[in-house]
Amino acid sequence: MTAMNDTQLSDYVTFTTAGQMFGLPIECVQDVFKPSRITRVPLAGPDIAGVLNLRGRIVTAIELRSRLGLDARDEGQVPMAIGIESRGESFGLLVDAVGEVLKLPDDEREPNPINLDRNLGRVAAGVYRLDGHLLVVLDIDRVLDLSPEAAAA
Amino acid sequence: MDDLLREFLTETNESLNLVDAELVRFEQEPNNGAILGNIFRLVHTIKGTCGFLALPRLETLTHAAETLMGKFRDGMPVTAEAVTLILSTIDRIKLILDAIEKSEQEPSGGDADLIDPLGRMARQEAAAPPPAPVEIEPDKPEPIEKPEKQEKAAAERPEEDRGDRLANHSIRVNVDTLDHLMTTVSELVLTRNQLLEIVRRNEDSDFKVPLQRLSSVTAELQEGVMKTRMQPIGNAWQKLPRVVRDLCAELGKDIELAMRGADTELDRQVLDLVKDPLTHLVRNCADHGIEAPAARIAAGKPAKGTIRLSAWHEGGHIIIEISDDGRGLDLAGIKAKVVEKGLASEAQLAAKSEAEICNYIFAPGFTTAAKVTSISGRGVGMDVVRSNIEQIGGTVDLKSLSGAGTTFTIKIPLTLAIVSALIVEAGGERFAIPQLAVLELVRAGNNGEHRIEHIKDAPVLRLRNKLLPLVRLKEVFRLGACDNENGFVVVTQVGSQVFGIVVDGVFHTEEIVIKPMSSKLRHIPVFSGTTILGDGAVIMIIDPNGVAQALGRAAVAATRAENSELQSREEEADEDTVSLLVFRAGSQQPKAVPLSLVTRLEEIDCRKIEISDGRHLVQYRDQLMPLLRIDAETSLKKEGAQPILVFSDQGRSMGLVADEIIDIVEERLDIEVSSDRPGLLGYAVIKGATTEIIDVGHFLPQAFEDWFRRRDLPAARRARNVLLVDDSAFFRELLAPLIKAAGYRVVAAASAADALAALKSDTRFDLIVTDIEMPEMDGFALAEAVRAMPAAAAVPIIALATMVSAETVERGRAAGFHDFVAKFDRAGLVAAIKEQGADLNRAA
Repeated sequence: MTAMNDTQLSDYVTFTTAGQMFGLPIECVQDVFKPSRITRVPLAGPDIAGVLNLRGRIVTAIELRSRLGLDARDEGQVPMAIGIESRGESFGLLVDAVGEVLKLPDDEREPNPINLDRNLGRVAAGVYRLDGHLLVVLDIDRVLDLSPEAAAA
Repeated sequence: MDDLLREFLTETNESLNLVDAELVRFEQEPNNGAILGNIFRLVHTIKGTCGFLALPRLETLTHAAETLMGKFRDGMPVTAEAVTLILSTIDRIKLILDAIEKSEQEPSGGDADLIDPLGRMARQEAAAPPPAPVEIEPDKPEPIEKPEKQEKAAAERPEEDRGDRLANHSIRVNVDTLDHLMTTVSELVLTRNQLLEIVRRNEDSDFKVPLQRLSSVTAELQEGVMKTRMQPIGNAWQKLPRVVRDLCAELGKDIELAMRGADTELDRQVLDLVKDPLTHLVRNCADHGIEAPAARIAAGKPAKGTIRLSAWHEGGHIIIEISDDGRGLDLAGIKAKVVEKGLASEAQLAAKSEAEICNYIFAPGFTTAAKVTSISGRGVGMDVVRSNIEQIGGTVDLKSLSGAGTTFTIKIPLTLAIVSALIVEAGGERFAIPQLAVLELVRAGNNGEHRIEHIKDAPVLRLRNKLLPLVRLKEVFRLGACDNENGFVVVTQVGSQVFGIVVDGVFHTEEIVIKPMSSKLRHIPVFSGTTILGDGAVIMIIDPNGVAQALGRAAVAATRAENSELQSREEEADEDTVSLLVFRAGSQQPKAVPLSLVTRLEEIDCRKIEISDGRHLVQYRDQLMPLLRIDAETSLKKEGAQPILVFSDQGRSMGLVADEIIDIVEERLDIEVSSDRPGLLGYAVIKGATTEIIDVGHFLPQAFEDWFRRRDLPAARRARNVLLVDDSAFFRELLAPLIKAAGYRVVAAASAADALAALKSDTRFDLIVTDIEMPEMDGFALAEAVRAMPAAAAVPIIALATMVSAETVERGRAAGFHDFVAKFDRAGLVAAIKEQGADLNRAA
C-alpha cells in the first residue's frame, strides 16, 4: 500500500471471450452467475440472447460475442454471465469464462490503439498491458447501447 | 352513514389539514397566488359537494368565502382583515364538519356573522370592520379555538373523542406503497409456485405440510392485498348524476341517468384511469346522443331520454356499458368526415361494415359535431378515451342503431398487475396471450372440422358463417417455416377486428404478473411485457394490437394491392397483381377495371332511369347520378335491372353501364397493347381471354366536367420506375394503369412524406410525377426536398396542375419541376413522361 500511495487503484472484474481478456470496473458489476433457461425473444436483435429469471428478477441477456462481431460460441460451450444493473434494469453479459478481480493503477491504462477493430473500439475504454497478455477495459454504457445508430456507427 | 357523506368528510378533513399548513404561509404572504389558489379550490370543492349532499348551511358559507376569494384571485389586494376573515371561515367550516360527523346532520344556526362581512368585503366595502372572530390565530396548530359565536352543537362537542373520528377509521395509503406491496406479493406467489413444483417432484419431503400452510397463507395475503386496492365502480360514477343534471340544464334536455352494478369492484388504479373516459362518454351521450325533447316526441319516443350505465364481472374482466336511447351515430356524417380528413377514401369506406365506420369516431381529432359546444365537439376526446382504455389493457367498442341509440362497451381487466393469460407455444417457445383479447380456441387440422385454407398466400379459416383471416405466430416471429396445416387457432379480437392467431400448441390459462419489458426490447410491437411462469421460466406477453398490425401488413401484401403502393416496389413484376372486375358491355369482348376503383356494384330498376338533356340519370343516394355508356354499342336495358358500376370520389358518383358482371379476378395487370381508342387503356389477357382494360379517367370528365379540376392528378413519366405522388387514392389508382400502359413500373405514394421515404429507401426512381396541391407538404415543397437529396436530386419531376398559369410555372421551375401537365391532359402526361424518359435514356 505504502509504495503506491500516490497512484489511484481500480478494481476490475476480468473475463475472457473468444480468447481475449476483458475487464469491467467492479462498481458496475452486480454479480456473476451461470445463466440457465434463457428464453429467446423473437424479433429482437442478434445481440440479445434472450431473457431469464434470476431470483425473481427478469434479466436481459446480451451476447458479448455478437456485440463485438465475433463468431458464435461453440456448441456445448457453456457461457457465464456478468450481472449488471443499469438504469433500474438488470442485464446479463454473456461471456466465455470469468477470471479474477484485478487491482490496477489508473495511470497505467492506455488509450485504445487507433487500429483497434471497429466493433471493439466502439465499446472499449482503454487497454492495460499485463504480463503476457492485454486486458481491454469495456465501457458498460456503450456495451449496453444497442440503438441502431450506435450499431451502425 | 351514507357513503357519499363519509367520503366527503374523509376527503374534506384531509384537505383541511393540508390547508392548515398553508394558512400560516397565507398570512405571511397574502398575495401568493398559489396558496390562495389551493384554498380557493378547496372551498370551491366543498361548496360544490354541499349542493349535492343537501348541506345548505355549509354551502351558503363557502359560497360567500368563494366569492371573496374569487375577487382576490382577480387581483383585489388582500388585506389583513380579509385574511383573518377567511381563516375564521375555514375554522367555522371545520366546526360544522365535526358536527356533521357526529350527528350526520348540519348543526342548526347561522353564519351571518361571517357571511355578511365576507359579502361586504367582496363588494369592496372592506372599510367596515370585520366582526368579532379576531381571536382566531391562524398559526395555532390545532383548530380547537372556536369563534366566540359558537354553534351549540359544535360547542358541546367534546374534544377528547377525536380519536374515534370517522375520518381516522380509514387511512389513505399512497398507491405506490400498495403497488409495491402488490409486486412483493406477486413475487411471493411465484416463489410459492416454484416451491410447490419442487415438492411435487419429491414425494416424501418434510416440507410438504409447512409448505401447504405457506401456500394458503400466501393465497390469503394475495387476496387481502388485492382487496386493499379494490373499490366499487360506483366511486367513479359519483359525479355523473351531477354532470348529467348540469348538462340537461345547459342543453335544455331531459335525461335520466340509470345506474346498475355500482357495487362491482375493481382495482383502484384501474378505477382512477377509467373515471375520465367514463365521464367523457356520458357527456357524449347527453350531448350528441340524446335528442332535444321536441325531436324525441316527433320520433315517437318519450321526451325524457335515458342514459344507462351498467357494470358487471365477466370472466376476470369488468364490463362497463354506457348506452343511450338517442338518435344513434350519424353514419353519413362520419363518412363525410372520414373522407374530408383523408382517413380513408370513399371506395375504401364502401367496403367497410357499419361497425368499422363507427369506429372512426375514435380516430385522433375526429368530431362530427357541426358546432363546437362546451360539452363536446372539440375534437379531443374519443381518441383519448380509447387510448386511455387501451393503456390499461382494455378495449372499447360501440354499437349504434340509427334512431334507437348508441351503446359503448368497455372491457377492462380487474387489475393491472395480474392478468389472466393463455399460454401458447410456437416454434418451440412459449408465449402468453392476454385472455381479454381471446374469444375462443379452434383446433385446425386437415382431418378435422376446421381446415386452414389459403386465398393466394393469405391463410384463412372458415368459422361458422365467417371467413377469419389468420396470422401464423411462427411467421410473425420468424421462428421457422410452418410446415403443416395443423395447429390451434386463437380467435382474437382487437377493436372490431377479429382474426385468428395460429399457434403450434395451447397449454393452459394462468394468472400472470406483468413485468415491464426491457428497454432493449420495447421497440418490438408484438410484445407488451414479460412474465415469470410458475415453473420459473420467463416468457414474453403478446400484444394482440401488435399482432393485428402484423396481420394488416401481411394482408396488404397478399391480397390488397391497392394499399400496398410502396410495397409493390418490393415485389417483382410477376407478383404484381391487381384485383380486376371483369364485365361485359356492348361487344362480346370482356372488359375490366381495377376493382379498387369501383365503389359499388348496383342493379338499378330500369324504370328509375331518366333522360335529361340527352343524358341518362338516376336517383342514387339522394343525388342525381349520371350514367355513361362505354361506347355507342352499349345500350341500356329496356326493362328489369340494369347493372351499374358506381365510381365515387369526393361525394360524387357516376355510373358506368354494363350488360353483365362476369367475375372478379386477381391478375397481374400487364397491358400489352396500348390503344388509341378513347376510353380504353389497352388490352390484357385475363383468364385466357383478351380483355379490354377500361380507362375510367376517360369517363369521369364526361360525367362531371370539373371532376379533374377538383383534385390534382398525378402525372407519370417515361422511365423504368416512376414514383407517383397524389393524396387521392382514387387518382393514384387511375393514373397508375395509364403510366403502366405506357411501359413503366409505378410506385404510388399517398403523400409527400411517403414519397420522400420511398426515395430514401430506394434510389432507383427514374421519374417523379407529383400532384401540386396536397395537404401538409405540397408539390413545390416536395420538389425542393427532392432536390436537396443527393441521391435523388437529378430525378426529373413532372407536376400535375389543375390550372397552369405563368406564375405557377415560374414557381415550379424554381422549385425544380421539369414539366407541367394539366391534370386532365392524359395524352400530355404520357408525352411528358416519354420526353423525360428519353432524356433519361440518353443520360444512361
